[in-house]
Amino acid sequence: MNLTRRDVMALGAGGAALAMLPLPASAADQAAIDAAIQKFTGGAKPKTSGVKLTAPEIAENGNTVPVEVEADGATEILVIAPNNPLPEVFKASFGPLSGGSSASTRIRLAGTQDLTAIAKMKDGSFAMAKRTVKVTIGGCGG
Amino acid sequence: MISRRDFLQATVAASALWGASGVGNWSRLAAQQKLSQEKLLEFDKTGNVTLIHITDIHGQLVPIYFREPQINLGVGADQGLPPHVTGADFLKLFKIKPGTPEAYALTYLDFSALAKTYGKMGGLAHVATVIKAIRADRPDALLLDGGDTWHGSYTVLKTDGQDMVNVMNALKPDAMTSHWEFTLGKDRVNEIVKTLPFPFLGANIFDSEWEEPAYPPYKMFERGGSKIAVIGQAFPYLPIANPKWLFPGLSFGIRQDRMQAMVDEVKEKGADLVVLLSHNGFDVDRKMAKQVKGIDVILTGHTHDALPEPVMVGKTMLIASGSNGKFVTRLDLDVQDKQIKGFRHKLIPIFSDVIAPDAEVAALIEKQRAPYKKDLSEVLAHTGDLLYRRGNFNGTWDDLICNALIDQREADIAMSPGFRWGPSLIPGDAITREDLYNNTAMTYPQAYRSEMTGAQLKSIMEAVADNLFNPDPYYQQGGDMVRMGGMSYAIDVNQTAGKRISNMKLLKDGSPIEAGKSYTVAGWASVNEGTKGPAIWDVVEAWFKENPEVNIAPNKTVHVTGT
Repeated sequence: MNLTRRDVMALGAGGAALAMLPLPASAADQAAIDAAIQKFTGGAKPKTSGVKLTAPEIAENGNTVPVEVEADGATEILVIAPNNPLPEVFKASFGPLSGGSSASTRIRLAGTQDLTAIAKMKDGSFAMAKRTVKVTIGGCGG
Repeated sequence: MISRRDFLQATVAASALWGASGVGNWSRLAAQQKLSQEKLLEFDKTGNVTLIHITDIHGQLVPIYFREPQINLGVGADQGLPPHVTGADFLKLFKIKPGTPEAYALTYLDFSALAKTYGKMGGLAHVATVIKAIRADRPDALLLDGGDTWHGSYTVLKTDGQDMVNVMNALKPDAMTSHWEFTLGKDRVNEIVKTLPFPFLGANIFDSEWEEPAYPPYKMFERGGSKIAVIGQAFPYLPIANPKWLFPGLSFGIRQDRMQAMVDEVKEKGADLVVLLSHNGFDVDRKMAKQVKGIDVILTGHTHDALPEPVMVGKTMLIASGSNGKFVTRLDLDVQDKQIKGFRHKLIPIFSDVIAPDAEVAALIEKQRAPYKKDLSEVLAHTGDLLYRRGNFNGTWDDLICNALIDQREADIAMSPGFRWGPSLIPGDAITREDLYNNTAMTYPQAYRSEMTGAQLKSIMEAVADNLFNPDPYYQQGGDMVRMGGMSYAIDVNQTAGKRISNMKLLKDGSPIEAGKSYTVAGWASVNEGTKGPAIWDVVEAWFKENPEVNIAPNKTVHVTGT
């Protein structure tokens, strides 16, 4: 199947439910981030494969960065931007009617940071992926 | 200087086991003291497919001097590898003797003296002669243009790129990709693309609203009984390195997964040979060659590197064909059973005093330039020193521009972007308006003047340094280091982001730059929409009126460590 982004967006909430989660934390507050991961995983150690996190290496616009998460067999995927004032940027939930366990949206990033995606699988296990997204000044391009 | 020379030689010379490249011929020419068009074009036709590659012409219709970099540092996995080898090390690596035509064409060594001996290089009428000769030998050769073509001169600016379009069309390219083209504005690009008799490729150019492909990703050709797929990759960081308001609604990026998908798709369609026509920059292409499976040849661009031999990454061959029309690469391939069984490669130097201009294309170039002849040829000043731009840090052309900004805009500090384009002038040369525009012509030339704190200055310099020296090439944004005027600093290229720059000092009184203190800063080519100020060429022209005899000594204000 060759779905374009337009089609995926048109499918809308039937595919994935996105929830914006307010949970304040100071920039790169590691303890708060660890706590957020702990809360999501219940302390289980996530595998390092099984979830794919797609984002540009360098953001074209830090205010609206396209992010895509995909994990076969996931029921939920949490995306964390540790340097954002609200690090838990979104959680995608997949019900039995979901076509596949993937979701895409745009997020705002407060500076360069390592995005983290954690997927909760149907069997109760977890998988995690990281991706550095750089937010930089423009200009000076060869 | 190089601690890993033996390793390096293995990297490039392994190819000699199953192919050949033109550097041997060059050395022989030098030994015979004979440089003729016939010898420069001499080529032992091989296999069934010929690729002709030219890239980063930057609007240079007529011959120029272009001094190759003295400092071109690689970091991370690219440290010490070609193209991050310059000067004497470059000569040793490729077994070239000092003082020879190839030493002049490929390095900065003794540049002013050798420029007088061997003359200007490039010129699209001379390039046309070479392309026609190759096509006479192999009529179905593919001519591929790596982009940065419709940019960089007075006539490009005045004609919105039409001069280059007209002349390039006469050379009959088979495909092109892009970068600076988009600074003409998206609408103008699309207007030109509609008229092109060849595809404008960019697998990584997307509509940013819907994330759908905005331009064709590839084109399939039948040549010499083989199916050849040419995939285009535009400069990935256009909306960051250049003003995104000039091409609203377009998104670029490296998009490695997309590239793999395109390679898989063309193979499914029966491609015998997969060629990537790239404007990624050499180190990005080297990483892409390691990570994307199935690319046979990458025709690299953007970083202006000229290498006399292919660089092998696994089974992928990386070709670097220089810039400004100085070189044309001919690559003959023996494609059998979906594999390259043999090759012959030559980086053909376009010595404009040796290669005769093609009469038809010369007349066409003359026609583009004729309406502007008087403006182009007006002498603005003379230079007593070599003027050049290319290199990781300050060159004399940008030092000149920074001096003009400080004087004319009454600033403490000046900043000039780390562009790679901009031809050179040798001591004693007149500086014409054409020369000035060759180093400044662009669609966002405003020279701004603003107040910045020392902390702001440092954060800008750190950001640019990370865009050049991040150890992962996918996180490098594309340019050389911003050139600083009125200020000295030290840089440790191997430090991490935010920790590279130190010892910043104001040159006029030697005082340290203070984080909390405000300084008047002048610069140009801001990517921000609505930047106010006179065009940079007007600032420099005004400065020339007060400084008709220009002397710019080599810059000693940047202290580089960690190399």
